[in-house]
Amino acid sequence: MVKIEAIIRHYKLDEVKDALTRAGVQGMTVTEVRGFGRQKGHKEQYRGAEYVVDFVPKLKVEVAVPDELAEAAVEAITTAGRTGQVGDGKIFVIPLSDAVRIRTGERGEVAL
Amino acid sequence: MRAFRKRLRVLVPGFLAGVICLSVSRTAFAEEAGVTTAELKVIADTVWTLVAAFLVFWMNAGFGCVESGFTRAKNAVNILGKNFVVFGIASLSYWAIGFGLMFGDGNAVLGTTGFFVNPSQDGAGFSSLDWANIPLFAKFFFQLVFAGTAATIVSGCVAERIHYWSYMLFSVFLVALVYPIAGHWIWGGGWLGALGFQDFAGSTVVHSVGGWAGLIGILLLGPRTGKYDPSGKPLPIPGHNMALAFLGGMILWLGWFGFNPGSFMAADARGISHVVVTTNLACSAGLLAATVTAWVLLGKPDFSMTVNGALAGLVAITAPCAFVGALESVIIGVVGGVLVVLGVLAFDRLRIDDPVGALSVHLLNGIWGTIAVGLFASADSPGGGADGLLHGGGLKLLLVQLLGIVAVGAFTVIVSAIGWLVIRATVGMRVDAETELIGLDIVEMGMEAYPNEPPHTSHAAVRRAAQNQPQPGPTAVTG
Repeated sequence: MVKIEAIIRHYKLDEVKDALTRAGVQGMTVTEVRGFGRQKGHKEQYRGAEYVVDFVPKLKVEVAVPDELAEAAVEAITTAGRTGQVGDGKIFVIPLSDAVRIRTGERGEVAL
Repeated sequence: MRAFRKRLRVLVPGFLAGVICLSVSRTAFAEEAGVTTAELKVIADTVWTLVAAFLVFWMNAGFGCVESGFTRAKNAVNILGKNFVVFGIASLSYWAIGFGLMFGDGNAVLGTTGFFVNPSQDGAGFSSLDWANIPLFAKFFFQLVFAGTAATIVSGCVAERIHYWSYMLFSVFLVALVYPIAGHWIWGGGWLGALGFQDFAGSTVVHSVGGWAGLIGILLLGPRTGKYDPSGKPLPIPGHNMALAFLGGMILWLGWFGFNPGSFMAADARGISHVVVTTNLACSAGLLAATVTAWVLLGKPDFSMTVNGALAGLVAITAPCAFVGALESVIIGVVGGVLVVLGVLAFDRLRIDDPVGALSVHLLNGIWGTIAVGLFASADSPGGGADGLLHGGGLKLLLVQLLGIVAVGAFTVIVSAIGWLVIRATVGMRVDAETELIGLDIVEMGMEAYPNEPPHTSHAAVRRAAQNQPQPGPTAVTG
């Protein structure tokens, strides 16, 4: 099993969600985050003083999938989330040691 | 449908006839009961004055929304609290002491009677208000909401770094002593009014007094931590809610339709209609002029400047509103709108930290509005009075206006300074550095305005500014 964490543009959520669903991924968690990589912040001004907002709003999408689905999930997020501009985001694939369904107590891949 | 229309043909005339009969018979009955036309006029005057007073009271909500919208979320409860309690404080202080000092019979400097106002004083002891034909309590309440407005101006100036109790104490002082004495000089039968000084609804009495008192507060407090970098460059501390600022601006605009026309303290149809239009024109001209000025100077139509511009136009027209015509109102508003933007930038350059632009709105435009009377006033206006410079009156009125600005300014500055210094020496004035960084809501108020939201704090930038280290680049203090 792996956990996939993807930082994506906030307006790409619907496309990414649909692509993941089509790829067979059954659930996901979404958090609002702020961050930056190589994408510089943007300039704003307030009452005559200009400033750079470093941290850009993004969304973090987290899914847990069996190993055989991992590549398809990564591919789905990449294709759906890409615009070609700096700031498209990143995907991290993390090995998952266990998963539990709280309602039933099931563990392992069946819990995903 | 046809049956319904048939019924209408009977019902409508019947209804109208009934209404006519009733009103005729009511008037006849009223005459029999002894309600004269003169008494009806008093009723109309009183109702209008009180409705106008309710609109001015509601301006406290407007100030609260603008001030909170223009400052940070971590101080929202504190700022809203200040705006809420200040009206309570003003109500009690003005009732106990202020109204008597301002309008009670006395001498050229202050009133010496009429404290703890009560209706038994109706008809005696407030001769400076005898020109108004309404009950004493109506006069009192109308004047009270004006005093409250002056006090709430100060809360914007001292925002985000003053102790709650310091502000409350100063508000008692301002409404009980400072505001009424200055007001007595102008409206209460004092020496400035006797010299012909004209201020219809209070550009000097209300707005400049609040502005001067706030300026001293700002100077004694110092700027917010992180507002200016070590080289003096202003760093932006963006307001947390432009939606709230919008609402506040709208509430204030509406409130001014009570502030200015209500100052007739009479349902003078021609007068209040005239003043409603001059007020609105100045506001509109001011907000557009400020928006354009900000657009040209800063590159974007800064919405906070638009709101400031509307208020600037309103403050500027407050003194002249009944003395000038429509075109002059537009000119006054345009100047006010440009002035407020330049003022905001200038105060920042002088490292005078005015979080919501209150000085540029109320002090600068309170002064401009008073000068505008000297330029544009016409004796042939609903407010009467003398002719200004541009209506053939020469320099006389203008010089009296300037004298009033200087006299009220000097008085307010000196007395406010004494008040603030006494407060600072006894109970303290500025919160400590850690309180300011965490936020006044958590430390002073014990609660948060938005408990479930994560703080949007650029901790690194705030810490660097607090330690007076150079910033790596222009970064907003967003915390």
